[in-house]
Amino acid sequence: MPKRPDLDSVLLIGAGPIVIGQACEFDYSGSQACRALREEGIRVILVNSNPATIMTDPEMADAVYIEPIRWDFVARIIERERPAALLPTMGGQTALNCALDLAREGVLERFGVELIGADRRAIDTAEDRERFRTAMAEIGLATPRAALAHSLEEALQVQAAIGFPTIIRPSFTMGGLGGGIAYNREELTDIVNNGLDNSPTHEVLLEESVLGWKEFELEVVRDRNDNCIIVCSIENLDPMGVHTGDSITVAPALTLSDKEYQRLRDAAIAVLRKIGVDTGGSNVQFAINPDDGRLVVIEMNPRVSRSSALASKATGFPIARVAAKLAIGYTLDELANEITGGRTPASFEPAIDYVVTKIPRFAFEKFPAADPRLTTQMKSVGEVMAIGRSFKESLHKALRSLETGLTGLDPVLAAALGEAERNIILRRELKSPGADRLRYVADAFRAGLERGEIAHLTGIDPWFLAQIEELVDTERQVAERGIDGLDAASLGELKRAGFSDARLAELTGSNESSIRHLRHTLGIRPVFKRVDSCAGEFASDTAYLYSCYDEECEAKPSERRKIMILGGGPNRIGQGIEFDYCCVHAALALGEDGFETIMVNCNPETVSTDYDVSDRLYFEPLTLEDVLEIVHREQPAGVIVQFGGQTPLKLARDLEAAGVTIVGTTPEAIDLAEDRERFQQLLARLKLKQPQNRTARSLAEALAEAREIGYPLVVRPSYVLGGRAMEIVHSDAELTRYIAEAVKVTPSAPVLLDRFLDYAIEVDVDAIGDGETVLIGGIMEHIEEAGVHSGDSTCSLPPFSLSTALQDQLREQTRELAQALGVIGLMNVQFAIQGGTIYLLEVNPRASRTVPFVSKATGVPLAKIAARCMLGKTLAEQGVTCEVIPQFYSVKEPVFPFARLAGVDPILGPEMRSTGEVMGVGRSFAAAVARAQVAAGIRPPRPGRAFLSVRDADKERLVPVAKELLARGYTLLATAGTCRFLEALDIPCARINKVIEGRPHIVDLIKNGEIAYIINTTEGRQAIADSYSIRREALQHKVTYSTTIANARATLSATDHLAADEVHSLQQLHEELTICKEPR
Amino acid sequence: MQAVLALADGAQFYGRALGHFGIATGEVVFNTALSGYQEILTDPSYAGQLVTLTMAEVGNVGCNPGDMEHPRPLAAGLIVRNAAKVWSNWRGKVGLDDFLKQHRVVAISAVDTRRLTRHLRDHGTMPGCIVSGEEPERAAAEALHRARGLPEMAGQNLAREVTTRQPYRWHESAWDLDAGKPAAAPAARRHVVAYDFGIKRNILRLLIAAGCDVTVVPATTPADDVLAVKPDGVFLSNGPGDPAACSEAIAAIRTLLAHRLPLFGICLGHQLLALASGARTVKMHFGHHGANHPVRELATGRVWITSQNHGFVVADEGLAATLEVTHRSLFDGTIQGIRRRDCPAFGFQGHPEASPGPHDAQGLFGEFIELMAGDRRHA
Repeated sequence: MPKRPDLDSVLLIGAGPIVIGQACEFDYSGSQACRALREEGIRVILVNSNPATIMTDPEMADAVYIEPIRWDFVARIIERERPAALLPTMGGQTALNCALDLAREGVLERFGVELIGADRRAIDTAEDRERFRTAMAEIGLATPRAALAHSLEEALQVQAAIGFPTIIRPSFTMGGLGGGIAYNREELTDIVNNGLDNSPTHEVLLEESVLGWKEFELEVVRDRNDNCIIVCSIENLDPMGVHTGDSITVAPALTLSDKEYQRLRDAAIAVLRKIGVDTGGSNVQFAINPDDGRLVVIEMNPRVSRSSALASKATGFPIARVAAKLAIGYTLDELANEITGGRTPASFEPAIDYVVTKIPRFAFEKFPAADPRLTTQMKSVGEVMAIGRSFKESLHKALRSLETGLTGLDPVLAAALGEAERNIILRRELKSPGADRLRYVADAFRAGLERGEIAHLTGIDPWFLAQIEELVDTERQVAERGIDGLDAASLGELKRAGFSDARLAELTGSNESSIRHLRHTLGIRPVFKRVDSCAGEFASDTAYLYSCYDEECEAKPSERRKIMILGGGPNRIGQGIEFDYCCVHAALALGEDGFETIMVNCNPETVSTDYDVSDRLYFEPLTLEDVLEIVHREQPAGVIVQFGGQTPLKLARDLEAAGVTIVGTTPEAIDLAEDRERFQQLLARLKLKQPQNRTARSLAEALAEAREIGYPLVVRPSYVLGGRAMEIVHSDAELTRYIAEAVKVTPSAPVLLDRFLDYAIEVDVDAIGDGETVLIGGIMEHIEEAGVHSGDSTCSLPPFSLSTALQDQLREQTRELAQALGVIGLMNVQFAIQGGTIYLLEVNPRASRTVPFVSKATGVPLAKIAARCMLGKTLAEQGVTCEVIPQFYSVKEPVFPFARLAGVDPILGPEMRSTGEVMGVGRSFAAAVARAQVAAGIRPPRPGRAFLSVRDADKERLVPVAKELLARGYTLLATAGTCRFLEALDIPCARINKVIEGRPHIVDLIKNGEIAYIINTTEGRQAIADSYSIRREALQHKVTYSTTIANARATLSATDHLAADEVHSLQQLHEELTICKEPR
Repeated sequence: MQAVLALADGAQFYGRALGHFGIATGEVVFNTALSGYQEILTDPSYAGQLVTLTMAEVGNVGCNPGDMEHPRPLAAGLIVRNAAKVWSNWRGKVGLDDFLKQHRVVAISAVDTRRLTRHLRDHGTMPGCIVSGEEPERAAAEALHRARGLPEMAGQNLAREVTTRQPYRWHESAWDLDAGKPAAAPAARRHVVAYDFGIKRNILRLLIAAGCDVTVVPATTPADDVLAVKPDGVFLSNGPGDPAACSEAIAAIRTLLAHRLPLFGICLGHQLLALASGARTVKMHFGHHGANHPVRELATGRVWITSQNHGFVVADEGLAATLEVTHRSLFDGTIQGIRRRDCPAFGFQGHPEASPGPHDAQGLFGEFIELMAGDRRHA
């Protein structure tokens, strides 16, 4: 059954912004689908609000719409583009839900658009908990006892029959959002209320707990001829009760006998047939009782998922690509397995001869108030995958891939603990797992707990525990023998078990380079094996490689001129998909220019780890040891470190010291920009201004210096990057508290004080240098004032309020900096403008978070151009010397995980906490803001009662906003101070209590649904703490709130542009780009 | 304790001794199945072979009485990358190492099994020898010497060696995992005589589950003895060795075909049916051993993922006019299923009984039942 001739155009819906539970795996699936469809000559129309994705590159689809993924906007796109079909299975839950809305609203029928991949009935049956249970019962598969509820009363009623603990799963949400485990009535009430809120259908499932059961997932692909294959089985090391996205998982399943595995296989296929997923990939989750093997089906996703991305990377079988081909009519046997060069068909089941381990990465350090226990609601923000020839090797590689400072199973318990205390902590950590559960397991073995007891406490299968126990035993022996005990045989054995040089150094009291030297002297180096989907049964020319310490190396490096690109590692807050975007672009550009490209990365969600993006892919941890061994094997002409964020940058100096050629801006220049003192000297030389700043090595010193430069101050420890532990202090008292509580100040770990520029406008500039000329990529004006982390602020390109003269000054300063630093490649500069004066906040001579956004807004592929500059092609030679200034506005709006993390204050500050971003485009600034806000899921405020409570410094600036609110038909409600101020200006306003002032207070009103909009600005630790409940309740009750005046102004003006009227394709917008600013 | 594997072409692989310490010789093959090491070890078709498992971790679930395909392991030896010291599974009774020791099976772990697999892929299966429990250098020399002295598989009638000595009745039905025991057998409506060339128990279990009364007979049983009990059908089992060497069985099958008795052959049985029908079999380069092999059912176009274990295959060249090809491998296009145009007989090269492997082809047992019921489709 070949391709259907009637499908000449297909609309693909993306997943929108990166949020917890829905990350860049859908960029991977979407971009694979785009390529798969276009090579069939199909016109592809794409909608996704996330500009940081590869899929929204104008080359990826015939028409790319960066518009909100909401049915009314997508309807507009359908009306314009008239696609023959809609493929909703590549964009996660977001795309499925949008497709269902389009069907429900009659849009698909009206325009004759066919749903392909999964039809409405299949999506409904899979997603509707009750229908799913019924369907499973009809094919004789058990599910946990459960019942649906649409209200709290109903929930309490049905819960009685189920018993505690109860699992609560809201319908139609992803990543377990709004769900949880209730052990008592109070928790049940909380979780059910939250779950009903989060479910678009206001429905939750209460389910019998199968906590502690073994959890498995099967990735199934089916074609329209009813051929079914299992691409991969995935076993969760964490038992049921930990969301699969938060679980450590392995592939293939390791603790099932064949009979048990085949029962899962049969069941998974039966589920697909029953649900009616006619073509494409699905994921079916099972739980098995470890005591008697009882099997229950937990759920199925009728679409590609996070697990399909993992399964694709784990096996070399491109699920999304194949699913897209199946959706347009092909059958599996008509498609080639491309990793074997088409020697075998896609209708087979990958055989793998290694073990894959995935470990999620968490960001609890960013959210101290969040509950760090792992439950059924997903909390991780990224993940790593590692491949090894044994579970031990693969686990070790995954642990060091995480970049959380681990070299292996590092102990986590403080050494000084007494036995009783230690056992209490261990039991708690083993029983209620957190991010470090595996390290606690290792510590439990170190403390002498029995395997059986640990199995009982954790619910982890004893086979996995035995592996960890063996590693702990090995560590003990290594520590006893010391470095002198390492000979060729024992070191080889340790390397085969995955121990890193760094871990062995710690165990033997040596250092990493000594171990490495010893290892090389003994001739112990890794070999590289290929991921080929067939366990070596067929030859494969695809260079998808991983390291191990076996005998035969299959790397077969070429003699071509090659460039190695180091990727960004696991997604985390502050380093996400944007850097992968840059790495992919570098690979594409250099590939086009005839270089052999080598990608190194360990993040399975990414496009960069697709084996066909680069000529060669090394799926490896990004540590010095691992990278040096690849360099040793490949001998690349150069290595690119400036595209993958902090991950490769951290390695730059050591790589260079080891003789590796770093191309582009030198590590020396990168360091210079980060070294406070040297950077100050540079700025002085260039006569550029910086906010006054000091370094303090004691409290007394800090107080003295603070008086010198004046409050408010931005304070932060010198040794922490990325806004961690950064605060704004306004007084001696706050500074004293900060130094006493937040950081330990010592002469070797000083605290940095910067004058905080209140009300300054913050600006980001992205630029490219080729060593001589400098190309300005774009100037982005932030809407939020300085003080909010640049990754968390909304920004506009072009600027919406800066004068041309100021912009020219910014350009000039950027050029001077680029030239002074000798930037070859990308550079990002952050400025603050206060009272017409430009201050320089930060320079990063490397790829920044905004590169993809600027590229989408201006049509200039910055990362590609930069990569070419780094390899010697000047800007002039590339024909890109002038800055493109769009006539339309593009606004980047961040997206936050607050709703998912109970207890976290959603106020913005100097520490970045957003997980992703959206882009909105409009003819005016306000229109662009409106689009961006809709895309980010921010509900526009509607006239009603507006609550105002602002800090003193904001009161003047509140006045025009208050007047505008009145003009728009709002009535005003304010706390005493704000109210007095407004009344004095004859602005009508009613007073309401703060929470601490007695009841009824503002939170009562929010809870009662009487507040339409909140403007709450605050400063100082106490005031922020006092107003926390306002923001949190607003979030909970979905009341729009602004925490800065600037945001309030933008939000209000945006409400005039909320209609889903005009939609623009990126291609069309780029055609309009005519204004081009030549450099001086 | 060290161990070494030598191949007849001189390649050597060092590893650790596993299972029984000693010497094991055989044809070295690799199997890419991800699960089912116990079934593979006890599959009589592996008699005379040293089996390399490409699955990285082996032994994790231990061994249990329900997963035996024969009363004891018949594989000549086992080669793995990692062997679990600790196993965990609710059905498990004994660890892999102890199981191998109990049955005196020599095995080797810590081998670069991927290097070995690629070697066999490129150079073909060949004789090899594992020596464990000896000083490495001597062991290597010994292993190489023995590997080189081993006869090729072609021409060997191994079925005769692994077959039952006496006819017997089989009663156990297929396993019911939920119940944790074999399912109750349905009332028997057909009597099947099963030729044991090295039969796997799961074939017998599935025949019982399909409503058959099963008598298992030795590989050398003359056709007249079978005809004498007037069975509804005859089953030809899988088994080890070169099918062309099984001349008694081929003769018997010819007679049974002449009597138009419904016949169903699996693997070696399928090859014997082909040989009895005038086809040829040839030795393959490295054979098919795994649980992920796509096979197309030509009549419907449907693709089954099948379990495979064969080193010989029915040749396309000179295929008798009485034979119709019903299935083909999508890996290499080789014949995977045949049917006699003139009498009620068919064969399948893969393993519809799975164990280990997927169940996609299990419907063939139903076809055998229909054939015995006189369904004209197969006549």
